[in-house]
Amino acid sequence: MCDQTFLAITFGPCDSCSENRPLMNLYIKTEPINYCSLCMEIMACQGLASGETLKSLKAESETLRKKLEEERKKLHDVELEKVAEKAEALGELNMKTRRTLKGHGNKVLCMDWCKDKRRIVSSSQDGKVIVWDAFTTNKEHAVTMPTTWVMACAYAPSGCAIACGGLDNKCSVYPLSLDKDENLSAKKKSVAMHTNYLSGCTFTNSDMQILTSSGDGTSALWDVESGQLLQSFHGHSADVLTLDLAPSETGNTFVSGGSDKKANVWDLRSGQNVQSFDTHDSDINCVKYYPSGDAFASASDDSTCRLFDLRADREVSIYSKDSIIFGAASVDFSLSGRLLFAGYNDYTINVWDVLKGTRVAILFGHENRVSSLRVSPDGTAFCSGSWDNTLRIWA
Amino acid sequence: MARDMSDIDILKMELEQLKKEVSTPREPVSKTSKETMDWCEAASGTDLLITGVPDDKNPYKPEKGGCIIT
Repeated sequence: MCDQTFLAITFGPCDSCSENRPLMNLYIKTEPINYCSLCMEIMACQGLASGETLKSLKAESETLRKKLEEERKKLHDVELEKVAEKAEALGELNMKTRRTLKGHGNKVLCMDWCKDKRRIVSSSQDGKVIVWDAFTTNKEHAVTMPTTWVMACAYAPSGCAIACGGLDNKCSVYPLSLDKDENLSAKKKSVAMHTNYLSGCTFTNSDMQILTSSGDGTSALWDVESGQLLQSFHGHSADVLTLDLAPSETGNTFVSGGSDKKANVWDLRSGQNVQSFDTHDSDINCVKYYPSGDAFASASDDSTCRLFDLRADREVSIYSKDSIIFGAASVDFSLSGRLLFAGYNDYTINVWDVLKGTRVAILFGHENRVSSLRVSPDGTAFCSGSWDNTLRIWA
Repeated sequence: MARDMSDIDILKMELEQLKKEVSTPREPVSKTSKETMDWCEAASGTDLLITGVPDDKNPYKPEKGGCIIT
């Protein structure tokens, strides 16, 4: 290769890598740019527009972030705990395990209640998805998925179908029939297709649409009947681990949390990311809307749960204790939003007073991590699923 | 999808997002906290996990044995 010779007129710090090198004087749109030859090559390969380097983008990002911080700080005039001092203290909570649902052969990864307030669907690592009657602990249906680690399951609002998925990268819908002997797998319908594992799924207000979140960093809205992708949501820079739909009165949004430590609020129709919160120090394992729809809680591997207010656009409360060092895997609110139930990797469930920020009770019983937790639709009880292969109903 | 994007593209995406967010309307925490608290107090009457349910009405209280006839 013949030598590339050029007159190096200037020697000094390069504009992009800041190292002292022979510089090539270049004019991009009459702007003099001094890059060393290495950076010149890199720039040419990346096809960047004038002046846009990793560094300048980062700098701009920083300034905007600082501005956002300032705007948010201005409105932080009081703490939620202070406002909540006027609230009545909660009485003694007397909750115990009332039912234990045994039957899964391996870790229970996810569960959901039916709107009829008594049926529960749960999915586990061994690929089984079981529908239980919570009152009698009977198993009503069981499906074996052709994949292990079924990380997400959901009950349809009508109670006539369930959706589940996991390492197969798909979300499948099974219509439930009254005939117990019928082979449910025959009627299976594959609805969602992602390029990585399915971490969460939920039906929207009807049986006809499903919202899914995946390890590929995206969430998506699908039409059940045709399997068509209606809207996709891009914005997370790592796996999306959880999602929750806003309660129906407040409109068409949902919140998702991911391994990038961010929780994002999205508009279902436009696909836009309308708000973002990144105060957690580690992966966000679960997000749940406050019953009024104006706030949401998140549970994270940094062992804290936090409450974010959507109208104030900031975190307003942290639920943590020095003695809690294990990550929180799942949260849910009681009907009024006064209590926050959180399941942790240290096998316990902590009950927090949402307004005052204090812990009200610790519930022991599970013999392994609590992986999922949901309050029943009428608020009489809540169910927790655990890696000890069982589900417990507490009331 | 996010894994396949280069660092530059991820940064560009974040920048776009930040630009939108800086302009969203916000309300002071004092106002929103008060509203959250009021909503909570109003709904607390219906929260069965706080108020408790008398044993004869609670479907879970009779532990094991006995079926619920509704």
